[in-house]
Amino acid sequence: MASEEHSVAPPKMPRVGLFVTCLVDLFRPSIGFAAVKLLEDAGCSVVVPSAQTCCGQPAYNSGDRKDARGVARTVLRAFRGLDYVVAPSGSCAGMIREHYPKLFAGEPEEAEAEALASRTWELISFLADVMKVERVECHWPARATYHDSCSGLRELGIRQQPRQLLGSVEGLELVEMAEAEVCCGFGGTFCVKYPEISDSIVSKKAENIENSGAELLMAGDLGCLMNMAGKLQRRGSRVEVRHVAEVLAGQQEEPAIGEPAKQVAK
Amino acid sequence: MQSTSHAFKQNAHRALHDPMLQKAMGHVRSGFIDKRVQAAARLPEFDQLRDQAKAIKDHTLAHLDHYLERYEAKVLEMGGKVHWCATAEEAREAVLSICRSLDARTVTKGKSMLSEEIALNEHLEANGIEPVETDLGEYIIQLRKEPPSHIIAPAVHVNKEQVEADFRRVHKNLPPERSLSEAAQLVDEARQVLRQRYLEADVGITGANFLIAETGTSVIVTNEGNGDLTQTLPKAHIVVASLEKVVPTLEDCATILRVLARSATGQEFSSYTTFSTGPRRPEDPDGPEEYHVILLDNGRSSMLGTEFQDMLRCIRCGACMNHCPVYHAVGGHSYGWVYPGPMGAVLTPSLIGVEEAGHLPNASTFCGRCEAVCPMRIPLPKMMRHWREREFEQHQAPAKARLAIEAWAFVAKRPRLYRWATSLLIGALGRAGRRRGRFRELPLAGGWTAHRDFPAPSGRSFQARWAEQQRRGRASR
Ligand code: SF4
Repeated sequence: MASEEHSVAPPKMPRVGLFVTCLVDLFRPSIGFAAVKLLEDAGCSVVVPSAQTCCGQPAYNSGDRKDARGVARTVLRAFRGLDYVVAPSGSCAGMIREHYPKLFAGEPEEAEAEALASRTWELISFLADVMKVERVECHWPARATYHDSCSGLRELGIRQQPRQLLGSVEGLELVEMAEAEVCCGFGGTFCVKYPEISDSIVSKKAENIENSGAELLMAGDLGCLMNMAGKLQRRGSRVEVRHVAEVLAGQQEEPAIGEPAKQVAK
Repeated sequence: MQSTSHAFKQNAHRALHDPMLQKAMGHVRSGFIDKRVQAAARLPEFDQLRDQAKAIKDHTLAHLDHYLERYEAKVLEMGGKVHWCATAEEAREAVLSICRSLDARTVTKGKSMLSEEIALNEHLEANGIEPVETDLGEYIIQLRKEPPSHIIAPAVHVNKEQVEADFRRVHKNLPPERSLSEAAQLVDEARQVLRQRYLEADVGITGANFLIAETGTSVIVTNEGNGDLTQTLPKAHIVVASLEKVVPTLEDCATILRVLARSATGQEFSSYTTFSTGPRRPEDPDGPEEYHVILLDNGRSSMLGTEFQDMLRCIRCGACMNHCPVYHAVGGHSYGWVYPGPMGAVLTPSLIGVEEAGHLPNASTFCGRCEAVCPMRIPLPKMMRHWREREFEQHQAPAKARLAIEAWAFVAKRPRLYRWATSLLIGALGRAGRRRGRFRELPLAGGWTAHRDFPAPSGRSFQARWAEQQRRGRASR
């Protein structure tokens, strides 16, 4: 049986473990492949541990610390011995960076959790801040707008990094929507526990997106993207929704979130 | 005040379908936020002041008994009186007995959230004393027999047209032809009516933004000047304040004042900042003959030393609700008790019990904007999570949600089982959603699909594809 851990680049490059995140793994693998491409282009050797599942946030935010720790232990185990752990999500990276140390405070794994936290990055900020990537080689003609997902913005300070990299995409015109920094109403389990309130929040977000005049919406978290795409599509809006990594990696052949695959031969 | 916090969902449902309220909440969204940003930008040391303000309160809370005793001694020295009250009931009785001792018929009141917390107006009315709110917003909601919906802008849920209708209903001498379509005309009208009431009042009741231990002073900040008339004209001034309002020195108070108005309304300073120390002295031109402080605990001391102690730093600026997407959506009344928004979501369960108010800390997306703007750096989302943890530990979380989380966690802790189970699930979803790319309806996801489409998964997980790609790469090598 083939080992599912695989180095794609020479070992002297930083060894980066990709924390795929449960949503990307199950709903939109193309974001994972975009992340791999961007990391490799930046000179990293990418490893994808197969024993990863989820960061544990659903349990943590539901008040279930014990189960959250249980799930988080799978992350601790799966990502041992790597230089960095990178996730295409501010929310999951924020969970590991900001909350694992608190979750394991006073537990035997406390030191390990702290070490993991200090090695963990959200994808775009890792590219910009650690790998010092300043531009990408890609062409994507569109008028686009970027939504600042909450955890990335407020827990990890991700704001100008994606805008900077998007600024290097040929043909991409970036316009700012009103209230780009306001929550989209997803909130993990919040959107199922309080669907009406979530709807009110995402409706305002959809209005702001439409009013920006953009034809492409991007963000760094798939949960938020699914929420906003679902609302835009229900409203009959034609705005395409994609993860920022997919755009930076130039994955144009991939259908936008919530759109059917094109029925054409390769 | 009777709580309806347990019915948060129903309250929110009503609010979301109330077009008048939704229109009013639009003003909150646009009004406060830019002004705060500008005020902060004009003061380079703003964030440093926040740290100082936090440190002052942390220090005070660590030595609360000491500063409260010093405060009381100073109030006594200045000729005032402090009434220590453990519960809302004791506080109401203390106020009532002071009013009775003066044969009071009417009392004027400055804005005080604590007086809402202890339902003081209802108690006075039941005992034949008429309370008259003098803050314009409080006056409006008193006419409407409503609780406040915001801690600094109590009538923020009301539109101008509704206020006009209320004034025409209640103000008997108001000629029908007089125009009240402008905000300024409404303010004028309220002023005229209130002027008379100030002169009639036997007792004036105010809250306190700060109690200063060093000087025995109580401090209020207002924009209307109503507080000054309320406390200087009548025979007695009663201050109702909770324990955590105390700060050590005048200097400390000044530091916190510098972040208060900027965070609240984006003003550098409120129009009026009024310091009251004891009753009128012989050489004073005016002032009350008696000065009383109702010093109320009502559950605060039980927060000391717990994970909720940080909440006692709150200076009631309202910034957290001004920036809260949930508050913007549902308005203050949905929260069902006195304190709305993120600060209410933490404080209300502490004061009236998490059994009653459990929804509040759950109804948050954890977007973190409240914590980002809170001048006192209160970690509001973290404390909401603490409430969720308590609920979970004490089996108060809804059984269905609990079961779902535990079942999910059981699988997520076992990577192989997880792979197998999720691949079945997304395989089926992927096949069903292939043609349209999304679902308009989905069993068990009605909460989502009632309002939005659900993007279909592509059918195979990243891990499965990655593994395949790696195998192929290896085979072709
Ligand atoms: S919690 Fe912070 S932001 Fe909210 S009212 Fe209190 S001091 Fe202001």
